[in-house]
Amino acid sequence: MGSKLIILLVIILGVIAIAQLIRVNELTAKHSGRREEDIPHRDNIFNANMMLAFMIFFYASFIWLMLKYGYTGLGPAAATHGVETDWLLNLNFVIIIAVFFLTNTLLFGFAWKYVKRPGVKAFYYPHNNKLEMIWTVIPAAVLAVIIILGLRTWNDITAPADGEAENVELFSYQFGWTARYAGMNNVLGEFDYKLTTADNQYALKTRDNIELSLEKMLVGSPGEEGIKMLEDKLNDESIIMSKTERKKLQNELSRKERMVRLLEQMALTYNDSIDDLVNDDVILGDSLVLLVGQNYNFAMRSKDVIHSAYFPHFRAQMNTVPGMTTYFKLQPIYTTSEMKDIMKDQNFEYVLMCNKICGGSHYKMKMAVTVLGPEDYLNWQRSKTTYDGSPWLNFDEKERATKEAELLEKYKAIAETVANN
Amino acid sequence: MAALAHDGHHGHDHHEESFVSKYIFSQDHKMIGKQFLMTAVFMGIVAMMLSVFFRIQLAWPGEPSDFLNAFLGDRWAPDGILSQDMYLGIVTIHGTIMVFFVLTGGLSGTFSNLLIPLQLGARDMASGLLNMFSYWLFFISSILMLASLFIETGPAMAGWTIYPPLSALPQSISGSGLGMTLWLVSMAIFIASSLIGSLNYIVTILNLRTKGMNMTRMPLTIWAFLVTAILGVLSFPVLLSAALLLLMDRSMGTSFYLSDIVVGGEMLDNVGGSPILFQHLFWFLGHPEVYIVLLPALGLSSEIISTNSRKPIFGYRAMIGSILAIGFLSFIVWGHHMFVTGMNPFLGSVFVFTTLLIAIPSAVKVFNYLTTLWKGSIVYTPAMLFAIGLVSTFITGGVTGIILADSALDIAVHDTYFVVAHFHIVMGMSAIFGMFAGVYHWFPKMFGKMMNNRLGYVHFWVTIVGAYGVFFPMHFVGLAGAPRRYYDYSVYEGFNADSFDMMLDLNVIISFFAILSALGQGIFLFNFFYSIFRGQVAPQNPWRSTTLEWTTPVKHMHGNWPGALPTVYRWPYDYSKPGMEDDFVPQTTPLMEGEEEH
Repeated sequence: MGSKLIILLVIILGVIAIAQLIRVNELTAKHSGRREEDIPHRDNIFNANMMLAFMIFFYASFIWLMLKYGYTGLGPAAATHGVETDWLLNLNFVIIIAVFFLTNTLLFGFAWKYVKRPGVKAFYYPHNNKLEMIWTVIPAAVLAVIIILGLRTWNDITAPADGEAENVELFSYQFGWTARYAGMNNVLGEFDYKLTTADNQYALKTRDNIELSLEKMLVGSPGEEGIKMLEDKLNDESIIMSKTERKKLQNELSRKERMVRLLEQMALTYNDSIDDLVNDDVILGDSLVLLVGQNYNFAMRSKDVIHSAYFPHFRAQMNTVPGMTTYFKLQPIYTTSEMKDIMKDQNFEYVLMCNKICGGSHYKMKMAVTVLGPEDYLNWQRSKTTYDGSPWLNFDEKERATKEAELLEKYKAIAETVANN
Repeated sequence: MAALAHDGHHGHDHHEESFVSKYIFSQDHKMIGKQFLMTAVFMGIVAMMLSVFFRIQLAWPGEPSDFLNAFLGDRWAPDGILSQDMYLGIVTIHGTIMVFFVLTGGLSGTFSNLLIPLQLGARDMASGLLNMFSYWLFFISSILMLASLFIETGPAMAGWTIYPPLSALPQSISGSGLGMTLWLVSMAIFIASSLIGSLNYIVTILNLRTKGMNMTRMPLTIWAFLVTAILGVLSFPVLLSAALLLLMDRSMGTSFYLSDIVVGGEMLDNVGGSPILFQHLFWFLGHPEVYIVLLPALGLSSEIISTNSRKPIFGYRAMIGSILAIGFLSFIVWGHHMFVTGMNPFLGSVFVFTTLLIAIPSAVKVFNYLTTLWKGSIVYTPAMLFAIGLVSTFITGGVTGIILADSALDIAVHDTYFVVAHFHIVMGMSAIFGMFAGVYHWFPKMFGKMMNNRLGYVHFWVTIVGAYGVFFPMHFVGLAGAPRRYYDYSVYEGFNADSFDMMLDLNVIISFFAILSALGQGIFLFNFFYSIFRGQVAPQNPWRSTTLEWTTPVKHMHGNWPGALPTVYRWPYDYSKPGMEDDFVPQTTPLMEGEEEH
């Protein structure tokens, strides 16, 4: 309550102060016969000087901001394409900051210098084709360079991932992320949103899941009525319901019947060998773990609304859109522990966050990202199990040691590709 | 009064008008212009207050504030802490009101109405009746938009771009219920208003120019209004169809934008739609909209800079050429808002190219402004200060557009505060500065009174320092990786200390300047309303201007000129022409023997 009163008081006092000032101003104007449309020399000079003062203040603040906050806090780009992006970003900044200083200086400089002075007439100068040509052609030339460099980088970034790239799916929903690794065959299992149930959150396509969905549609699940219950309800004459209630139930019933027809079609044409694609996938609900130097091809999808996978440290971003799959490829170049040293911050972690407004808790929708070196990554893999419950690294006990050693060699070679960074 | 009777259809002028026909259902373009301005001022105050609310949350997240509780109540700010949902609600409504109601309806509605007939030498708009409808539709849509703030489930919360599925599914956020419906209905009415207005402007400009007013003798304001109106006529219908399709998806079970969705445990049977389709339709309006907002401001400032430098605008034809080029290009650049939607990368490349081309006519405009100031004899009216401020913000905000237009760089900064900084400076600040410049400059024409200059000076200096203080540091917040529309930045807390501390620091600075600028607008409001009633009576041509509006009587009358319409003999920029006695030659002065036009 107290602060409300204070705010009110400040506003009232402010208005009174302005009113008094205006009255003083009016009285002096009346006294001297000054009219508002005749700007006194003093006022012109004051504003001209203010122009210069403002420019200096503006530049000083800019430089202060650059010195204090120009390092951005995100550290060097932690992905291969990000290094290119940062280089290009810096080049663009050099150009635009130069233009910013040049044109603003001319603007405020002229505003200061050419203030009205007694006896000086303005210079009648309506046009000059040569000058205008110069400032059409020079920006065009600079832009040509910017466009060419930009498109070259863009083509690199968006080129299809090479065959060696590891496929990982990022599944987004209100308000979280799930990562699904393609497993040993490096092929992601199929999905269909119609298969979504409480037991199949990611709508993965297997024979069992299709059967499960069909059953739930027919019999129902806790909190949801199946077709049979709906039919019984609609046919039971002892239940009295309003027209709208009945209509609602009928709609619900016909929607479920449509779904069942689609699911039955799916079941009929389903090839059981597709089960394997899902079965060796590894699902990770809480974090994304990457191998340094590995090329990743992220396939992204959304369960409900549009989200956006934003990796600020990798300089990467791609929307996830319900009904379609989007892709982004990247190659991390620093492990988390390397980055901790670079940032001189032992608590540092990479993060994946949502960058497309998606609901009330949008700002909390994030997932920790960890980039590991070869040994750590292999260790981590050892502890993970696939969709069907077998270990990710599903080797024969006899072969295990050699296979894992091979894998480690492979990971080391992969890590080596970015070791020079 | 008999002397005022003139050609035919204005014969009714001698009737005393009733209060209702003069101030409410007026068909006079000058009164309609003022009605637009008053509505926009009110909407502007609301949108500015909303921005203060979310700035308080961003600077001091989670700290109770009596101020928020007093305005938003226990429903949306329990214990003085803004709720997550309402945060998004006020962000959405702030953007919607500012873009559409203040900077489109307010700016274009006020000055196109006021200046098109006056500067062209016409008695009124081509259709006074449609003009009146245009205002009242605008008024109704404003009321609906404001009403959405007061309903149980809250206003639209999907951002001013209302991307589906978020905006289509009430299950996904409470604002997508009735609030979103009101938003869509309000916008549909707004679009109708804007279309009627724009058609009227175009017809008036093409058909009702007075004798001698060739297209190449029109002031740049009129050129800007003409291109703005054409952009509006071509692009707003696309937003209307986008909104109608969304309305159908929401209420009639269609699937234009929806496919494969499971939300809140409910499996929807919509299949085959595309949320990206909406974005294409939205930005097909959305990008021309940027220029619908900006061009009138540039037009007004061209006029003001020329008048107050006492020099012709440099490169008149190049200025017209750039307006036309910007207008044309604005239709083929919308995809630069969609680089990260999964759109085909080749299509992205095309949009990079077309978007960066816009920098060329923009650069031409800037250099022409600079050359106009060069060797001028600058008179500092408050309008001139704001016009110069506009050139500065147009530069400062414009250059960062080069980074955002470059898809390879955009993926690093897309949807961060860098973008917020960019468009608030280049579009928000520039257009608002243009609007203030226009109000200060044409106030004597609108109200027959003078505003107080010295208060105008204080207003300008507080505003430019305050507004740059708000938006300039946002570049740094954005480069530190802060996504826009975040309720707070705890997402970085604990593991990226540098970025997090930086966001905390800068957000406090930004909010301080935001509150300062908001208070600064109080000076303007006071000056504005005080001067309407108590200002010095204006002379006929206070700024010693050449254009036709200053040849009309100070006291408003139907039909604008008491006698015959003026005849135009020269372009509008004969300031300080050598060989002339005065430092300005009105357009109505015939050329002297042997005088070159320009």
